Amino acid sequence: MAVLEATREQRSYPEPAPTVVIRPTRGWAFLDVRELWAHNELIYFLAARNIKVRYKQAAIGIVWAVLQPLAMMAVFTLFFGRLANLPSAGVPYPLFAFAGLLPWQLFSRAITESTNSLIMHQRLITRVYFPRIIIPMSVTLAALVDFAISAVLLLGLMLAFGFRPGAAVVWLPLFVLLLLLTAFGVGFWLSALNVEFRDVAQAMPFLSQLWLFVTPVVYPSSLVPAQWRVLYGLNPMAGVVEGFRWALLGAGPAPGPMLAVSSAVAVGLFVSGIAWFRRRERTFVDVVG
Amino acid sequence: MAGVAVRAEGLSKRYRIGQRVPYKTIRDTLAGAISAPFRWSPTVLKRSAVRNGDQNAIWALKDISFEVGVGEVVGLIGRNGAGKSTLLKILSRITEPTEGVAQLYGRVGSLLEVGTGFHPELTGRENVYLNGAILGMKRSEIDRKFDDIVAFAETEKFLDTPVKHYSSGMFMRLGFAVAAHLDPEILLVDEVLAVGDVAFQRKCLDKIRDVARSGRTVLFVSHQMNSIRKLCDRGIWLESGYVRHSGPIGDVINAYEASLASPVRERGKGGATNGAAQFVGWEIVEPHTDQLNVLDTQGPMTVKVILEVHRHIRHGVHGIALWNTDDQLIWAWATDGLDLPPGTHAFLCNLPGLPVKPGAYSWQVSLKSDGQLVDDWHCVPQMIIATAPLADPRDNWSGLLNIPCRFDVLEERRS
Repeated sequence: MAVLEATREQRSYPEPAPTVVIRPTRGWAFLDVRELWAHNELIYFLAARNIKVRYKQAAIGIVWAVLQPLAMMAVFTLFFGRLANLPSAGVPYPLFAFAGLLPWQLFSRAITESTNSLIMHQRLITRVYFPRIIIPMSVTLAALVDFAISAVLLLGLMLAFGFRPGAAVVWLPLFVLLLLLTAFGVGFWLSALNVEFRDVAQAMPFLSQLWLFVTPVVYPSSLVPAQWRVLYGLNPMAGVVEGFRWALLGAGPAPGPMLAVSSAVAVGLFVSGIAWFRRRERTFVDVVG
Repeated sequence: MAGVAVRAEGLSKRYRIGQRVPYKTIRDTLAGAISAPFRWSPTVLKRSAVRNGDQNAIWALKDISFEVGVGEVVGLIGRNGAGKSTLLKILSRITEPTEGVAQLYGRVGSLLEVGTGFHPELTGRENVYLNGAILGMKRSEIDRKFDDIVAFAETEKFLDTPVKHYSSGMFMRLGFAVAAHLDPEILLVDEVLAVGDVAFQRKCLDKIRDVARSGRTVLFVSHQMNSIRKLCDRGIWLESGYVRHSGPIGDVINAYEASLASPVRERGKGGATNGAAQFVGWEIVEPHTDQLNVLDTQGPMTVKVILEVHRHIRHGVHGIALWNTDDQLIWAWATDGLDLPPGTHAFLCNLPGLPVKPGAYSWQVSLKSDGQLVDDWHCVPQMIIATAPLADPRDNWSGLLNIPCRFDVLEERRS
């Protein structure tokens, strides 16, 4: 007890270090990981809220998370697989499409919802302090739930088609990481840009369509002429989708230089996305509020 | 006083006019880029605007310095736009200062709004956790305080109902309850008491008083001088972004109110004037209290409006109107045939009573001369009606009027 008193005595000594120092900041800043960690529960609650709210008013609720990718797969199979007769790297087309849709849907949801996220949470950011980057982050993390559901579906489909993942599946976590880096990075960029330029949200449907077509979701990247394939890898989602197919279905060759390019771009997007976001976040409240 | 809790040195906040006004579109930036091709980048554009355009910037706060000791309760007062809210936003780290430093010693809780982050589709229980996390509580902490929060909010029965089905009163109570259990060492409160019914306001005030008594530091913004006087030890009076006066709360409030009672209207603010005459102040002269904009009794009342006439007004028409915060016209009156020589005039309006429900109201006064508008003023400060509610105070959907009712049941015909 005496020891406890003594420490307390020392703590209330007139000039302890301030808990918070507020001053104008300048220049570039990177992620304050410690502060982010202190808010880990907020990230969780915001992500959980996104998920709950999304399905709360829907009559069939979470079933949509199952229906959406299946419906997409059916449409793609009919139009691209049957009618357009696109090749599918020796895998049944539905399976081929679904393995591509799995990462694609996470990415597309993450970037679409990130774009609007800061505007949507305008009241929050003008009333309470927390690291702003939590907002686009929680959107992407919420999309992980649908991703997990789709992953289970894909497993079921593989069984139905008599596919068993090979040894390459051990690489899957790497591709998931690559996917997340890309989704976070693009999400940070777009959410911060949309605060200043609402044009971003307007261009979003088009951007996401375009991005789908430059990503090998409905077709294999082998359709792209070999000499262009490394350039094609500049789209990090190309590396991700090809990687998913290779790791899960053993479709196509093991990704080589294209993957290296994709990884470099993904890391670049992630790092620059954080830096840009952190630089612009100082004025978010003044612009949004 | 056991050390410092908050120390601000030279805090300033500049808003570029236009920075507060919405976002820009890419077209605007492109247009800017075409006219200034070597500066293409939003950052550069913004910087250059700040650098070469002081006329484009307003200082919401300028060089604010003060210290608040641990356990002190400080009231921030001042008119709308004086910078009180901006100061709280800086101290809560919502926005950055343009210059200056603030140091805070202890966990900060800010209550700038009740129910921030509440989602209408989520249940009361889910919102308590979400709101708690937003305000900076740990999940375990919320678990521990959950029952207290719910008891304080008196919403036990509706915990698993989405809050969109709550009455506005319940919503407010639940929102405040979460914030009230934050247990910060430094609490920043902004005018949350302006919402909700009187019973709720009293409860909030009591809770803030408890926090203050338990040795916590509180910075409190309000327009209700009664609350400030009761709660605070010290006052800081902000005007146009500067500290006008600070010291013991009684002195600061007296000085502030004296400034409101004397001709206070800022030049060219709050309406049109053609210079022939200008409204410069208003007050409630009967019943007379030390707060000239607060009416806290039923019965007859008199409002005085002061007009400074610079050029002789002939065939003057004076209008006076009372509005509520929803911009509903409550009452209006006009007088014509006024002949006012240069000098200061007082218009007195005597009413048998103003039986409207408690809350904030604004007077609007206008003067025409020979059919031409001379002045039109939305009076500041607002009038606060603080009479006891005669209707059911449990919710704030009790209508516009605050009048007693005698209710009888008569049997007209037996069947």
